[in-house]
Amino acid sequence: MTIDISQFVQAFLDESFEGLDLMEVELLREEALDREQVDAIFRAAHSIKGSAGTFGFAAVSEFTHGAETLLDEVRDGTREMTVEIRGLMLEAVDRIREMLVAARDGGEHDPARVAETAERIEAMLASAHGRVGAADAAPAAPLDAPPAEATPASGGETTPGEAEAASPGNDGAWEILFEPAPTLLASGNDPLRIFAWLAELGELGVHCETAALPALAALDPEQCRLRWRLTLEGAVAENDIREAFEWVEDQCTLTLTRTASAPAATPDTGTRTAVEDKVATGEAASRSTPAGPAAPTVPTPATPSPATGGRPVGANGAPVERRADAASIRVATEKVDTLVNMVGELVITQAMINTIGHSAEELDARAVDQLRHGLALLERNTRELQEAVLSVRMLPINFVFSRFPRVVRDLSATLGKKVNLKIIGEETELDKGLIEKLVDPLTHIVRNAIDHGIESPERRRAAGKPEAGTLVLRAGHQGGNIVIEISDDGGGLNRERILEKARAQGMAVPEQPSDRDVWQLIFAPGFSTAETVTDVSGRGVGMDVVRRNIEAVNGRLDIESTPGEGTRLTVRLPLTLAILDGMSVRVGEEVYILPLTAILESLQPTPEQLHTISGRGRVVRLRGDYIPLVPLHDLFDVPATYQRPEDGIVVVVESAEDRAALFVDELIAQHQVVIKSLETNYRKVPGVSGATIMGDGRVAMILDVDSLTRLHGTVH
Amino acid sequence: MSDAGTLRHEDYATAGKRELLTFRLGEEEYGIDILKVQEIRRYESVTRIANAPDFVKGVINMRGTIVPILDLRIKFRFPEVVYDDFTVVVILNVDGRVIGVVVDAVSDVIALGADEIRDAPEFGAQLDTDYLEGLASVGERMLIIVDIEALVRAPELGLVDADTAA
Amino acid sequence: MATILAVDDSASLRQMVAFTLKEAGHDVIEAADGVAGLEAAKGKAADLVISDINMPNMDGITLVRELRGLPDYKFTPILLLTTESSDEKKQEGKAAGATGWLVKPFDPEKLMATIKRVLG
Repeated sequence: MTIDISQFVQAFLDESFEGLDLMEVELLREEALDREQVDAIFRAAHSIKGSAGTFGFAAVSEFTHGAETLLDEVRDGTREMTVEIRGLMLEAVDRIREMLVAARDGGEHDPARVAETAERIEAMLASAHGRVGAADAAPAAPLDAPPAEATPASGGETTPGEAEAASPGNDGAWEILFEPAPTLLASGNDPLRIFAWLAELGELGVHCETAALPALAALDPEQCRLRWRLTLEGAVAENDIREAFEWVEDQCTLTLTRTASAPAATPDTGTRTAVEDKVATGEAASRSTPAGPAAPTVPTPATPSPATGGRPVGANGAPVERRADAASIRVATEKVDTLVNMVGELVITQAMINTIGHSAEELDARAVDQLRHGLALLERNTRELQEAVLSVRMLPINFVFSRFPRVVRDLSATLGKKVNLKIIGEETELDKGLIEKLVDPLTHIVRNAIDHGIESPERRRAAGKPEAGTLVLRAGHQGGNIVIEISDDGGGLNRERILEKARAQGMAVPEQPSDRDVWQLIFAPGFSTAETVTDVSGRGVGMDVVRRNIEAVNGRLDIESTPGEGTRLTVRLPLTLAILDGMSVRVGEEVYILPLTAILESLQPTPEQLHTISGRGRVVRLRGDYIPLVPLHDLFDVPATYQRPEDGIVVVVESAEDRAALFVDELIAQHQVVIKSLETNYRKVPGVSGATIMGDGRVAMILDVDSLTRLHGTVH
Repeated sequence: MSDAGTLRHEDYATAGKRELLTFRLGEEEYGIDILKVQEIRRYESVTRIANAPDFVKGVINMRGTIVPILDLRIKFRFPEVVYDDFTVVVILNVDGRVIGVVVDAVSDVIALGADEIRDAPEFGAQLDTDYLEGLASVGERMLIIVDIEALVRAPELGLVDADTAA
Repeated sequence: MATILAVDDSASLRQMVAFTLKEAGHDVIEAADGVAGLEAAKGKAADLVISDINMPNMDGITLVRELRGLPDYKFTPILLLTTESSDEKKQEGKAAGATGWLVKPFDPEKLMATIKRVLG
């Protein structure tokens, strides 16, 4: 049987990266680590080491061994988890990650860096650093000896020297006296299995001695009261025999005797032969005991009593409570996507039947009632199923947040700032696809907050603030959205400097701009306000990219700032990428879906509210504001029922840049729609973010309000 | 394109005959590789795509997938474009993309050997020669064999999004 | 054909063990930690248990001890996965009632050879 183990490598890489992330999170905790946390870190390292070797990543396994040994010393209380050890372990995490990334991407890692970290770990192991108690001065010997140092006395390993001693070709024989402890069976070991193993090594003769067997009445069938005298003929190394008994060596007395020629397996006088698989030849030849002077016996070294031989505390692991370790399975994203699509279909089918059910006049009343009842059930089941299936794609936002302690630590050290990071709501769940797309924008925002937001300790002190700034990451639900806030207690945005800079860059600046207008300037391409362009965030990638990335996942980015008190960025995201709460609107024969999040209000305008402003086209006046009127039928070049806005409906929508009054024929209804991509088989369409399938099976376009207003801008 | 065309001809020579779905566009009869054909559907009303070229009729829902429908008769300026009971949509799967092509009628499935296919002349068909693989005579009729992959990939069709590809 | 319970928090190793055993025609029950392993063991009496030692929630040695307390598992072979020559762990495992061990890293051949020692 050949098993290709490469098929498990992906799973190995996945779990190893998860393990490394976990190690990082725990190592970066501000407070002292408790036993559970140290255990978790150790376990992750241990698991990576064990699996890496199995899946052919010997270098990873070897490197991780050192880190594991050091962590083991911390775990068993030999060493303290000092700041230095934490730092060194974080470094080790980086090295392992580099090696695994290289393995995953077929790239290369830097062996010199790995060797350097490995040396530092070795040096740490050899030093007394962090050692607890009297052993302070003595250099620490690694507790977990590498394989080469395994003691032959343990009998488990066959060293080359011993193998030679068995001189193959010597057709001698072994006599084996095997006296199991009564408790042998309770370890799941079975003497007959051991004999079967021995029988593969050479010709085996088995004699069972039943002298110790108690009377039937006193017999406990769970206790092993037999002992065996075995003969094994052929060129068999002593270690091979010991290996067969390896698992029971502490539960038996084993005596191995080398005899020059085939000896007799002789039953002692007065013993009954209970089991006799094979009678050795020439048994009548001798009655002498095998332990003669010419045949030295090799007694098994006594094994320390297991009860006292074990490591003192905790290592024999009492059940430990672990939070957030919910049982999980790994499912390929495509499988989940298929499920999501299927459920989407089901929703559509249900809507389709619903349409029939509500329009079926000719069915008799009873049937209609039943149909409606069934439909109500179907609707509920469908919705529940949909929620359940969608939740499969959800991951806690901690998958993104967990990287920030490291980012904050490294960056504040580089910049000479003091920053306390607070994370709130890290258990909030988000669509996996969203989470992946959030990593870069959030990282950028966090780096910005430390770089530009939080002041240096001196400045903070001068401003009467604590030296250490506070950065808060908060996630939670708000209505149908996920809201993520990144707030700092830094200097806040500088209105004057932003305006100055915007003017200097020739950007259009409104007259008497509101704060909101000013903050929006930050999102303009190429804008950067740092006084000194730092290494950290002053390099080209601006807030415009951040905003685009967030908008690309149907999210919104808002900014609030108070001078001297700080800045807060708010990211609002839909719960999932797959479902959208929408409003269907009709224009002539066409039906479009507007995302509910974009809709501010809808109204039937009066003629007095409609104006034409030269250069801006038609506008709707609403509570003193003039909002550009965007007739959808013009934009999409479709025939409409109404030509005058006062006959139809205008829907006021808010895009990132502006507001717009969309003129449509009528509002139809609110729906939850399943978003389908147009790009799978076609291409991106301006003004449209995707399509969905309506209850009647027809396709409706989902409008993208931002690109819609831009589209309108280019038309005029 | 012409290189790929020649290579294909040799492939057919070794593979023996290949099957083509034949259909009518206006007065002309065309053939496409049957392996690219996913299914044939009656022409049904489509959902328009705003500001799309006129030959992109719109999209339909095919068991939950959004499929664009192209009318090549419009694209290649056929004088008469009618939608009647014979009008059908041939659903093609090209490079993993599912698209529907409106044709006047589907005629037949025929098997042709490589020696029965001649190179296309520079003129003679409504379709650009870039998308033609060759010509074949089937009885009295002339069959124009379309290189459907080249057609789908053609930038002028605008199916492949330059924005997203970049 | 035997029913084998494979307990390991490492999905990759567990999958490899399970895949190998299934290829050999055995029924395999998988569990990701000691607690899940114990539950699974109570649900169906396995002919062999293969368990990792270092796992969250309940480690392998505790699992062995718990299993030995169940009537169905008094004599069932239980193998622990250990690393290298970690003798202390082996002895601890033995003391808890483990039958033997399989040293990591291992490959499918070594796994099958070890299984043979207890299942024949």
